[in-house]
Amino acid sequence: MTGAPLLDVTDLTVSLPHPDGSRLFAVRDLNLRVGAGQIAGLAGESGSGKSITSLALMGLLPDGAKVSGSAMFEGRDLLSMSARDRAALRGRQMAMIFQDPMTALHPMLSIGRQMTEHYRHHFATTQAKAMRRAEEMLDLVRIPDPRGALKRSPHQFSGGMRQRIAIAMALCCEPTLIIADEPTTALDVTVQAGILRLFERLRGELDLSVLLITHDLGVMSAVADRVSVMYAGRLVEGGARADVLTRPRHPYTHGLLNALPGAGGSGGMQTIPGLPPSIATHPPGCAFHPRCPFCAPSCKVDTPPLVAISDDRRIACPIDPLAPKKVTAS
Amino acid sequence: MMQMIRSGWYRLPGLLRFTLGRLVVGALLCVGVTFISFTLTQVVPGDPVMANLGERAASDPEIVALYRERYGLDQSLPEQYARYLGRLLQGDLGESQQTHRPVATDLATYMSATIELAIVAMILAMAAGVALGITAAVWRNRWPDQAIRVISLAGVSVPTFWLALVCLYVFFFKLNLSPGVGRLGPGTPAPPTLTGLYTFDALLSGQWGLFREALSYIALPALVLATYTTGIVTRFTRVAMLDSLGNDYVRAARAKGLPARTVILRHALRPALAAIVTVSGMAFGRMLAGAVLVESVYSWPGLGLYAYRSALTLDLQAIMGVSLIIAVIYILVNLGVDILYAVIDPRIRY
Repeated sequence: MTGAPLLDVTDLTVSLPHPDGSRLFAVRDLNLRVGAGQIAGLAGESGSGKSITSLALMGLLPDGAKVSGSAMFEGRDLLSMSARDRAALRGRQMAMIFQDPMTALHPMLSIGRQMTEHYRHHFATTQAKAMRRAEEMLDLVRIPDPRGALKRSPHQFSGGMRQRIAIAMALCCEPTLIIADEPTTALDVTVQAGILRLFERLRGELDLSVLLITHDLGVMSAVADRVSVMYAGRLVEGGARADVLTRPRHPYTHGLLNALPGAGGSGGMQTIPGLPPSIATHPPGCAFHPRCPFCAPSCKVDTPPLVAISDDRRIACPIDPLAPKKVTAS
Repeated sequence: MMQMIRSGWYRLPGLLRFTLGRLVVGALLCVGVTFISFTLTQVVPGDPVMANLGERAASDPEIVALYRERYGLDQSLPEQYARYLGRLLQGDLGESQQTHRPVATDLATYMSATIELAIVAMILAMAAGVALGITAAVWRNRWPDQAIRVISLAGVSVPTFWLALVCLYVFFFKLNLSPGVGRLGPGTPAPPTLTGLYTFDALLSGQWGLFREALSYIALPALVLATYTTGIVTRFTRVAMLDSLGNDYVRAARAKGLPARTVILRHALRPALAAIVTVSGMAFGRMLAGAVLVESVYSWPGLGLYAYRSALTLDLQAIMGVSLIIAVIYILVNLGVDILYAVIDPRIRY
């Protein structure tokens, strides 16, 4: 961890309205830090609340969503600032990259138009200057013939190229934080590797912080400095990458790692039994208990708090210390 | 020779090729329209001789025979149709039995009035419909949306004929806000004919008073004619915008910190335009039909009024002329719609 965190999320809780009038809790008591120049990974299966977390940070939650807690960004609380201040930050200091580059770029506007409109809005400058900036950014993400690319439409580029363009677009206004929601999921593996290398390079060149959201621990292990794992809206484990990925302490993290292709030794890939709970039916106690091979009676009643087990390591499981060897043996 | 034509054809720009192809198909469609309208006018019970000649003249076999000969009604039906097509190719639409003028001249006179009415009504309907549709979509399921849905439902449900009468009664007889029926007040000379559209011609010749008068006369019939189209355009715009607002790229535009106005009007409206343009093209056809009713209530000397009178007197040539011109307008509007698709969406290539 280097220096003070750029983004410090404390007790973030997000609830969404249910048609029957009750509220669904998509994220509960989430704590998360992204240090300056750091790539922080947030992992979890679909439905674990990762994407809602990113939308909550960007201020793009759907109507009716309620947010509590705090999210300090460059010393200011995102969650309590006015909508106007929020909009001024959006796309400027904090930018977002979406999962599917095929749908995240506007199909009917030229690349040049899409890359300059927010730059002109945030910096109140001329189109010519904005175009020069856009060209530089396309060059930075290694798009061949940047000037020509600006005149073209998204459908004239491949998926990987479009994701590079989306990244260049996010970089235009020199953001300090980029929230990347599954930026490589829709891409094939070789293209994926290129995009991840791009993130690493940009982090070094631009002193960029990235909140990398993914369900893929393989992606995480490639670039993230720190890893946080979410399950059913809660953080279950967090720590430095090497620590979490080589010595997982939470049964869920363990299961995820075993589910990676090539993991689990001679037994091959092992899946976690059962399905993640839907947002409407989080089980009582520890949300993971119906799928947990170590489930104790108390797990069905009490929600385990997230406790720091060392300076840099937090875990929400009372079955501690959990010896990884035992898990592989079962 | 064929080879040359073929290779030349494929060297044309796509859009031009598409347009030419559609025009050829459109011309064939027009022939079909003449056939159908010819058949229909023959099938309807009634005798054009009886409808046009006075009772005494109609009882004189000699006059009847002369009349039939004069308008070619003495020939067999296939012969009549073949002669009509032959003359049509030379641009001759025949002579109206009712006005005794060439149908082409009549159409030119009456069409400009209808075109003016339809253009003003279309502008009103598009402006109101698109604005209301966007507002409803942005305020989905909240009171502005509910209110707009009721208004648009009323717009498509109210019978045009009834609305025309009620509006005339309320705004002319009761409130005196409308100057009355017709295109201009009695005794007001028409502006010099440039386009045939009075408001436009008055503007072009710099006659402000005349422009305002023409505008005050067209306002009420145009509003009535626009009602249905406004309702339809509102509903389609709302649905298209709801669909469009849910797109990833609209969320991405918000994530870039763009103001809500820009996100809605640039990012969300653009893809919705394709649906809006489609429905407008179809609504334009419906508007020409509505024009018949509105024009007869407001004594608006347009195609609708002409068609209505021709139908009453079984004026064969005039009815076919009107059908043909409406078919041509319809085909051109639809061609325009297809060309607009390519303008709206760069992914569409012809």
